[in-house]
Amino acid sequence: MTQTEWDRDAVTEVIEQKKSMPGALLPILHGIQDRIGFIPEDAVPQIAKALNLSRAEVHGVISFYHYFRTTPPGKRTIHLCRAESCQAMNSEALEAHIKTRLGIDYHETTADGAFSLEPVYCLGNCACSPSMMIGHEVHGRVTPQSFDAIVNELREFAA
Amino acid sequence: MTTVYVPRDSSALGLGAERVAGAIQMEAAKRNLPIDLVRNGSRGLYWLEPLVEVATPAGRIAYGPVQPGDVAGLFDAGFLEGKAHPLCLGATEEIPYLKNQERLTFARVGITDPVSLDDYLAHDGYRGLRNALGLDPAAIVEEVTASGLRGRGGAAFPTGIKWRTVLNTPAEQKYIVCNADEGDSGTFSDRMIMEGDPFVLIEGMTIAGLAVGATQGYIYLRVEYPHADAALNQAIAAALEAGYLGDDILGSGRRFHLEVRLGAGAYVCGEETALMESIEGKRGMVRFKPPLPAIEGLFGQPTVVNNVISLASVPIILDKGGKYYADYGMGRSRGTLPLQLAGNVKRPGLIEKAFGMTLRELLYDYGGGSASGRPIRAVQVGGPLGSFMPESQFDTPLDYEAFSAIWAVLGHGGVVVFDDTVDMAKMARYAMEFCAIESCGKCTPCRIGSTRGVEVIDRIIDDQDRAKNLALLRDLGDTMLAGSLCALGGMTPYPVLSALNHFPEDFGEKSVAQVA
Ligand SMILES: Cc1cc2nc3c(=O)[nH]c(=O)nc-3n(C[C@H](O)[C@H](O)[C@H](O)COP(=O)(O)O)c2cc1C
Ligand code: SF4
Ligand code: FES
Repeated sequence: MTQTEWDRDAVTEVIEQKKSMPGALLPILHGIQDRIGFIPEDAVPQIAKALNLSRAEVHGVISFYHYFRTTPPGKRTIHLCRAESCQAMNSEALEAHIKTRLGIDYHETTADGAFSLEPVYCLGNCACSPSMMIGHEVHGRVTPQSFDAIVNELREFAA
Repeated sequence: MTTVYVPRDSSALGLGAERVAGAIQMEAAKRNLPIDLVRNGSRGLYWLEPLVEVATPAGRIAYGPVQPGDVAGLFDAGFLEGKAHPLCLGATEEIPYLKNQERLTFARVGITDPVSLDDYLAHDGYRGLRNALGLDPAAIVEEVTASGLRGRGGAAFPTGIKWRTVLNTPAEQKYIVCNADEGDSGTFSDRMIMEGDPFVLIEGMTIAGLAVGATQGYIYLRVEYPHADAALNQAIAAALEAGYLGDDILGSGRRFHLEVRLGAGAYVCGEETALMESIEGKRGMVRFKPPLPAIEGLFGQPTVVNNVISLASVPIILDKGGKYYADYGMGRSRGTLPLQLAGNVKRPGLIEKAFGMTLRELLYDYGGGSASGRPIRAVQVGGPLGSFMPESQFDTPLDYEAFSAIWAVLGHGGVVVFDDTVDMAKMARYAMEFCAIESCGKCTPCRIGSTRGVEVIDRIIDDQDRAKNLALLRDLGDTMLAGSLCALGGMTPYPVLSALNHFPEDFGEKSVAQVA
């Protein structure tokens, strides 16, 4: 596997800032993912050392949580809700549309690097199902048409 | 200067509230009409969001749902004076959906500016804490016990008893942990409190700290709620600044600090012991009990773990007294429950009511039936581990015991509605799949059984050896029920077997099987 370049200073900074918190590992992992978008495999030894843990322990934590990722995401991550309330409002058809439209499955990134797609189990937006979240923005009552409009707008914005 | 309210609730934002707020500001500037734009929480009438309100001498007048394109027309019609317009809904408080509720925990949500401490204080905020500061710890616990409050996170355990255990366990350090993981589908009341009235949660946790002698609190918040994260941190900073948190709460010499910790997308971390493992920086594996968290919890210390709504209900109990709260409700279910109506329903939203209303009243009087206009066929109450209920059970009163009596769960009060296009075999399969994806991996029936369960249901759907596989599915359900350490594995049979029992035709079975 080719090594992805990432900002080592940012990682060091996050670790130094948070390592003395009680239960610092999750805050550190969040901090790193917030800064550079993912948790690089070869940052694991540095995290382990700072917290006096084994690499296996750190790795075990990263892989346990769905939210943490070890590869760079696309420019924007689309979190699509797969849970019951959204299913009751046809999220399956929406999911099929989105996968075709972006040409990717869950956990994949579009060829142009614009979007990654991840499933989530409820966004607390169930009164406005079906739901998705892009970045920190929730979108409610999403239809294939409104999805296309949102994605087109974001693509233009990014260009 | 007219005050105009546009919600900052994330669901309202998801329907365009931000652009509506921007449009109102622009239009007001263009017309030289000075307005004070307040970003309130949501009233919880989500089919009307974005719901814009205007303060008039006759009270607040509601307009909704408002889209940016409606704004110029609203100004033309004189909405700043509360005048008529096709989107006008009249006085907000008179909308029947809202008027017929009993809002105790949600008293301020949608009314105040959530991050304004002044607004909180002007609406009876921190009266509970002031009372608590004048009581000794045992008396605070006594008040909560008298209220009859049972944990709103799912298991309905009496909060007063939990607190008493922590109070009576001597230790150097104790903790208050707020379970803000809200992982259940169809639930959003925790989110609405945190986004719409974060101070009430902070106040509740501070009172809990005083009650049991804990000086540090953690809010374990799911990462899917960035808006709640922002609101909580803003409110915590304001409370600290004004002396409602910190080393010397309101000059009492009592100490309480509060911090938000983010989860990372694991449903099982809503289970209280997995949650504590997660705060400690580990994988969210469920711990064996005993020891109870109240005796040996976070970092090995006595810990109160309570749900957001449980803690947010404490301030009004300390303000108005345990009896005031306990006077609402039925049987052993005292007080109010914020019900969350979601899925295929015409009027989805938040309904806080005393226990005892029937499911049917909720679905039809409040919900107005399905969104699709088709018959409601099934309702799942209590999240992904809750039973599916058929029409014949819609007259069940919303009460913990009444639900257990028919092998259903009220849980966190989330209600997801399905119309007659739902395929219940598919829903049963999904419940098993969810368990397989979210299992912490500690026990075999949950970890392996759920994967086998998906395969068995697939074979049933495919009509391979149907009778044999149906028997196998029931066996598997029994094994999971009996052999799981926590409710994730232990309750997955609820959605699966209730689907099978109440909707056998979707599994290719003709006769109605007996309830497990
Ligand atoms: C798999 C699983 C998930 C849970 N998720 C939550 C949750 O998201 N929020 C919550 O408050 N309680 C959840 N619970 C219940 C908690 O373990 C615990 O009972 C609760 O937080 C106690 O607070 P309460 O007494 O105020 O309800 C969950 C339990 C299990 C077994
Ligand atoms: S039932 Fe499942 S989630 Fe619960 S402890 Fe066992 S393996 Fe973990
Ligand atoms: S079920 Fe999709 S947002 Fe809750």
